Amino acid sequence: MTGYSGATDQPGEGYRRVQLAISDLALDRGGWRLFEHLSFTAPAGAHVALTGPNGAGKTSLLRAIAGFLRPAAGTIAVDGRAPEDAAPLLHFLGHRDGLKATLDARAHVRFWADVLGGGAVEDVLARVGLGRVTDLPARTLSAGQSRRLALARLIAAPRPLWLLDEPAAALDTAGKALLNTLIDAHCAGGGIVVAAVHEPLGAPTQTVQLG
Amino acid sequence: MIRAVLAVFRRDLALAWAAGGGAAAPLGFFVGATALVPLTAGPDPQTLAVIGPPLLWLTAALAALMVLERLFQADLEDGSLDQLLLSPAPLELLVAAKGAALWVAIGGPLALVAMPMALAMQTPPHAAPLAALGLLVGLAAFIGAGLFGAALAAGVRRGGVLIAILVLPFFAPPIIFGAAAASRAAAEGLSTDAFSFLCATALFFAALGPIGAAAALRQHLS
Repeated sequence: MTGYSGATDQPGEGYRRVQLAISDLALDRGGWRLFEHLSFTAPAGAHVALTGPNGAGKTSLLRAIAGFLRPAAGTIAVDGRAPEDAAPLLHFLGHRDGLKATLDARAHVRFWADVLGGGAVEDVLARVGLGRVTDLPARTLSAGQSRRLALARLIAAPRPLWLLDEPAAALDTAGKALLNTLIDAHCAGGGIVVAAVHEPLGAPTQTVQLG
Repeated sequence: MIRAVLAVFRRDLALAWAAGGGAAAPLGFFVGATALVPLTAGPDPQTLAVIGPPLLWLTAALAALMVLERLFQADLEDGSLDQLLLSPAPLELLVAAKGAALWVAIGGPLALVAMPMALAMQTPPHAAPLAALGLLVGLAAFIGAGLFGAALAAGVRRGGVLIAILVLPFFAPPIIFGAAAASRAAAEGLSTDAFSFLCATALFFAALGPIGAAAALRQHLS
């Protein structure tokens, strides 16, 4: 709100350099302690792979970093701020793609650019391989295409911290390659990626094991 | 920030009138239910003139209730709510934009069809526009109060009943002043005191509803 946005003004300069710091974190879910004493730091450019069995708390950790879930103990700092104050710095890509069945792909991208604060949206759909279905309503897209449309959000509004929950789910081989390209480019530009994964994705710079 | 608020307003307006959107159902209910009144109460003009304005208000209130259940539930289920929270604009304003879109989507058409319905209820022609205007203002109050109830019940399956229980008590002030303004308009022309109170309750609920709704929605996510 106070001009505090994710992207730097100069094109080509990459993202605002931020740091993600988690210290002595504990999370509860439905009265259960998911994990405790979790600490790690991700500097600008880091690609963190979040691994662990089902129910270990990967999604909850991502939601806590996004500010949707309050920690039971410990602190999360995005660029030195509490998650609730750091919303304009981060993207959250959950297992629900956030699509409206009756709206077309282009309307979704424009909406995200407006709501999340992004620039031109012309080539975004082409970059995620949806250039031929820009006018189709979301209900006609396949699961993989829906996921690609959700990925378009990451490009439509540049933000330094990406929180990805099973981002490769439903994606085909080309889609996974595209995802890797996006992640590599993001990290090379100084952004941070924290991705909950079951199968290795790209080349993470660090791995956090839960459970 | 303005850009985000306008985007939410435009999107909800488009969704309300898209295929499967919620705007047509309350309108159909309003017209259908009020059209049945002469069949149940008989065609006597004097009876209709007495019960007409209150029944228009009652059906409008119930019509507003119909759209509330899916208002936030859909966003919660498909993940859209997460994105609204990540906007640089405060959630309160985005919720207010959703409410405003709903008001335009169903309030405008409902006020328009309310005029012929009021005439059918033996409202004098000079009072019919006033009756429609009152309903338009009253719907702002219904939707403002309804936002809060809809947000509280967003995570509940078949939450419509819960919303009705939560929200109907708050419908009392606009209904009281609105029906009074409509009845008096039919009898003696514009009654500024009843109408002013109606506008005051509408402003009150339209201002406080989004704040309460945003607080309730934040709880659902955790």
